Amino acid sequence: MTAITPPANTALLARYRMMRRIRSFEERVGELFLKGQSAGSMLHLSIGEEAVVGLADAMALGDSFTTHHRGHGVFLARGADPKRMMAEIAGKEEGYCRGKGGSMHIADRALGHLGANAIVGGGIPHVVGAGLSSRNRGGGAIAVAFFGDGAMSQGILYETMNMAVLWRLPVIFCCINNQYGMGTRVDRSAGHRDFPARARAFGLNAARADGADVEAVAEAAQGLVTDARGGAPGFLEIDAYRFYGHARMDKSPYRTPEEEAEGRSRDPLANARARLLAGGLAEVEELDRIDAAAGVEMDAALAHAIAAPAPGLPTMFEDVFAPGTPAPRPQAERLAAILSEGRRA
Amino acid sequence: MSEATYREAIRQALIDAMQADPAVVLIGEEVGLYGGAYGVTRGLIEMFGAERVIDAPISEPAIVGTAIGAAMTGLRPVAELMYVDFAGMAMDQIANQAAKSRYMFGGQIGVPMVLRMQGGTGRSAAAQHSQSLEAWMLHTPGLRLVMPATVNDAYHLLRYALTEPDPVIFIEHKGLYTLKGAFDPARPDGDWGLPLVRRAGRDLTIIAYSRMLHEALAAAETLADGGIEAEVIDLRCLNPMDEGPLVGSLRRTGRAMVVTEAVTTGSVASEIAARLSELCFDWLEEPVLRLGGEDIPIPVSPALERGSIPSAALIHDVGRWLVTREAPEWAA
Repeated sequence: MTAITPPANTALLARYRMMRRIRSFEERVGELFLKGQSAGSMLHLSIGEEAVVGLADAMALGDSFTTHHRGHGVFLARGADPKRMMAEIAGKEEGYCRGKGGSMHIADRALGHLGANAIVGGGIPHVVGAGLSSRNRGGGAIAVAFFGDGAMSQGILYETMNMAVLWRLPVIFCCINNQYGMGTRVDRSAGHRDFPARARAFGLNAARADGADVEAVAEAAQGLVTDARGGAPGFLEIDAYRFYGHARMDKSPYRTPEEEAEGRSRDPLANARARLLAGGLAEVEELDRIDAAAGVEMDAALAHAIAAPAPGLPTMFEDVFAPGTPAPRPQAERLAAILSEGRRA
Repeated sequence: MSEATYREAIRQALIDAMQADPAVVLIGEEVGLYGGAYGVTRGLIEMFGAERVIDAPISEPAIVGTAIGAAMTGLRPVAELMYVDFAGMAMDQIANQAAKSRYMFGGQIGVPMVLRMQGGTGRSAAAQHSQSLEAWMLHTPGLRLVMPATVNDAYHLLRYALTEPDPVIFIEHKGLYTLKGAFDPARPDGDWGLPLVRRAGRDLTIIAYSRMLHEALAAAETLADGGIEAEVIDLRCLNPMDEGPLVGSLRRTGRAMVVTEAVTTGSVASEIAARLSELCFDWLEEPVLRLGGEDIPIPVSPALERGSIPSAALIHDVGRWLVTREAPEWAA
């Protein structure tokens, strides 16, 4: 189950590539919306939060995770296919969830993604359950809950942190603190802003890492993951900045351009690029090629999603329950039973 | 064929399921050392160990949420909320998570769990420990919903629930745990999802479930003393539910009453009555009646509590009224 740690220069370059792919993907999600091709406008971009790659890298195949509504980046970092992701965000049949979940409810059992959740904190207890499965069934897998700073105000987080410690489960709670729950900055929602201290109070290993530095996140994550595999649950705060509004319609009237400029200067992607160049770990041309390749890949995902067919209407009744068990009855059938067969001749 | 109590039948179903499948685990408040608030899980922690009979802190949302995650990843959890009233604490996990995961995720991730709860009146437990909240569950696509009335159903429906690929809400009745009845672990009363005629009759169809079945059967006996033969049907499962037996019965009798212990407005009885009114319109001699709890919180006084929900006497009187059109004394 142990993740193989590549040499540092390869690791940073790989992380740069993944962070670039995430940013390019999110930019295409914005385009999808502007073209009127997204399923709704409930699209929450994770630009500025790409350093989460540092924790995703420390996880292994077989580990599971849940995310929040701003989870595109986490899913890509765990190996998602951008074509199927974009198709899902466009509400298409060939998307990860057959066009039924969309941006906020994307999942993939094969990659251990137990689901993105649009209820703040809603997916957190599911990793405790996954941790229980791992404990009882063996195999050494960990489970990671990714959520935002908004979930730091949800009671279920503390209920589940308590259970994880009580039952010594292989679980990590990862708060991607982008400083905003919708329009409310964290200093207006948290009475005490030392989030790792909250976790420590429950008995978890806890750390905070600079979200502008993917290597710092990776380093903090490595120790937490190792301990979690041994049954000591952990908490990681990634201190980041949400570069854009809450969702696509949000023009961020609650914060100043100066604050945004300052926040966007804490850019994990730009920092990784600068470090690669300064350390002689990569050439400009190589990084430019990576950038261009990510653009091409995500352009293709966007075009594919737009061209993909919409789901057929009868599929709406599928997947409420498992195949082979009684399914919901379409209204037309119900009405016919009343107004045709249901009357005396 | 032997005799057992409703409590023993549920306990035996859990034991048999846990012996048959190591993935079955119990999680809830007081399910282990205490043995369950109503004694259903007594001794199970000794039999199966604390890793499979898991005493949880008082954290209802996390209990249900943990069971969901466990169900998604290969366990078959039986989560328990001590009272159905506590579902209010856990409703996001029940209605937004357990119920919708399979659908939102395009069929990839099912939640094969059972959520045991108990509800109903009869112990003067007052407004927050006596409710019948099955309508909340029925109103949520993605949940199966079972409310056994008999000892044999308590066993077999729970065993079946533990083979279902989707979340099953299994609501017991606190007033039935000491009920004695026929128990045959080899022979179910009937199929999953199929309402059963518990007493045949020609004049009137009385539809009930959970504890109200027994009140309805008692009422049918006194109605028979007065020459009215009521057919009594036990719903057993509320989702899935085959309407066929209900429609067949009502098209013969022309008169029906749906009995529930829950507050009447927005109740399961309302839903059943609406369906039967639609499907049997041309066969009806009288409107399909709902007979339920008053639209009030459950009061603690035993007299008020008893008076707020249907009884055998009330079902009898209303049944007689429906058939004869002669109002009972109390309505005159």
